[in-house]
Amino acid sequence: MPVETAQMKVVYERPESLADVPNHYCPGCGHGIIHKLLAQCIDELGIRESTILVAPVGCSVLAYNYLRVDGCEAAHGRAPAVATGIKRVHPDKTVIAYQGDGDLLAIGTAETIHAANRGEKITIVFVNNAIYGMTGGQMAPTTLQAQKTKTSPYGRNPADVGFPIRACELINALEAPVYIERCAVSSVKGVLKTKRALMKGLRNQVEGRGYSFIEVLSMCPTGWGMEPREAASWVDSDMVPIFPLGTLRDK
Amino acid sequence: MALILMKGNEAIGEAAIIAGCRYYFGYPITPQNELPAYMSMRMPKVGGTFLQAESEVAAINMVFGAAAAGARAMTSSSSPGISLKMEGISYMAGAELPAVVVNMMRGGPGLGNIAGAQGDYFQAVKGGGHGDYHSIVLAPSGVQELADLTVKAFDLADKYRIVVILLGDGFIGQMSEPISLPQPSGLVFDKSGWALTGAKDRDTHHVVSLRLNPEDALEKLNRRLQAKYRDIESRETLFEQSADYRGAEAEIDGAEFLLVGFGLSARICRSAVSALRKSGIKVGFFRPITLWPFPRVPLAAASAGKKKVLVVEMNAGQMVEDVRLAIAGAAPVDFYGTMGGITPEVDAIVERIKAYAR
Repeated sequence: MPVETAQMKVVYERPESLADVPNHYCPGCGHGIIHKLLAQCIDELGIRESTILVAPVGCSVLAYNYLRVDGCEAAHGRAPAVATGIKRVHPDKTVIAYQGDGDLLAIGTAETIHAANRGEKITIVFVNNAIYGMTGGQMAPTTLQAQKTKTSPYGRNPADVGFPIRACELINALEAPVYIERCAVSSVKGVLKTKRALMKGLRNQVEGRGYSFIEVLSMCPTGWGMEPREAASWVDSDMVPIFPLGTLRDK
Repeated sequence: MALILMKGNEAIGEAAIIAGCRYYFGYPITPQNELPAYMSMRMPKVGGTFLQAESEVAAINMVFGAAAAGARAMTSSSSPGISLKMEGISYMAGAELPAVVVNMMRGGPGLGNIAGAQGDYFQAVKGGGHGDYHSIVLAPSGVQELADLTVKAFDLADKYRIVVILLGDGFIGQMSEPISLPQPSGLVFDKSGWALTGAKDRDTHHVVSLRLNPEDALEKLNRRLQAKYRDIESRETLFEQSADYRGAEAEIDGAEFLLVGFGLSARICRSAVSALRKSGIKVGFFRPITLWPFPRVPLAAASAGKKKVLVVEMNAGQMVEDVRLAIAGAAPVDFYGTMGGITPEVDAIVERIKAYAR
């Protein structure tokens, strides 16, 4: 515990909802930042004891070890379906599906679209780092044009495998979702904006308003073959032009 | 109690509600469509949830979520749809989640046809999905038993934290018979030690199947699962002729031949048994009700000394392999099967047995 005196006050500490354990993420990875922001939001909303986290298959498969809430894994891509089952049983609980780009936009596209279309009262946290991290850096549905990965060694060729998919814009074509936002954790400003988006997405659920979708552009220095600082710059210089930041819907 | 006329698929639905199931997730496929239709009508009336999912894959994962949240949940489908559910069933086996999955089998492989068949025996009893696991497999042979076994299926699922597959076929699902609705068993299962309900005044619960450390996690889980399966094998075997199960009509002692079938093919065997006995041929009848655990020991006892054991199935010969393993050469085993949604003929069975007798 920090020492507190009349002259000192705590301005920053580990959120109660963030477990005090080492995580397995690589240096410069965005997941740790996003976990911390989620933990802060859960603390500030006072919902740690009523939150259920669905972890995906991907680098964040062990997210339930880092956030001190009830949690489970979903099979690859199935997190929105698992979250649907949980939420239908516990409509009074806050259910978060935390997913990566392969999970949400490749193998789980059907679950993604239909949970959104039903307006399930859940919060989707979509971490887009344009690559499959856990399996060693393969092409993702959000891999950029000409981006080199283990399975696009000459660069992603849209004539062959299409263009990167924009999740927020897809979801925005549906009637039911109440909140759709894209943010990035590549800068201090972006981190603060991401926290505001996560707060809003969770508050929507606490207030029973409906389905919220928050896409977070994030760094994968290992998968991209970059230094952490370079990776953060690459989010801003290369990803943001393809995946523009901002609020697509807030109703 | 008054008898009511019910279609097999609808009887499952009403029995599930009697058993306390309030969460049904499914995707349309013939020949089980009466079940989701029934649930869509009944669930809102009992405060339950009916949800037509975007796919069988999504449906089984919604069941995963509802089961992880501590509820009694089910899904139903037919053969091609059950193949899609295998991923979720394996995950539920790994996470030790209870649920009931109904498979009203149709002809295969591939899209096959929509007539009843029994070609998914291997898939159901040998695991079906990836990894070392079993589901309990119940094989009803009529509408009353569909209803009774549905209630039992939920209890078995909760008792062992396991997936229970109700393995019927399109004919049984579609037939109407007079039944008396089952009573709830009254058994109560405490899920407070593991269900996801929010970590209030307790440590967090994790419902997972990922075990990254093979030494002390995945192997340990597998050893526990295998111990559970041995326990189920020792306690939960059901077959017709058991004293505590309705419809026992085994006349095995003194018989020279034994007919073995499950589900609809067992009903057809029963007709053949009556015809054969009228002609003075001593033939016994054995019907496994649990296909996993398979009633190996009682079947071996029933087969001892028989001149021939004839296994009848609506497939190319699947349960017959378990019959051969169970009786281990103690009697000669023959097989009669029909495929592609064709049912076995009573006359053909009678002729086979008569030929053995000549």
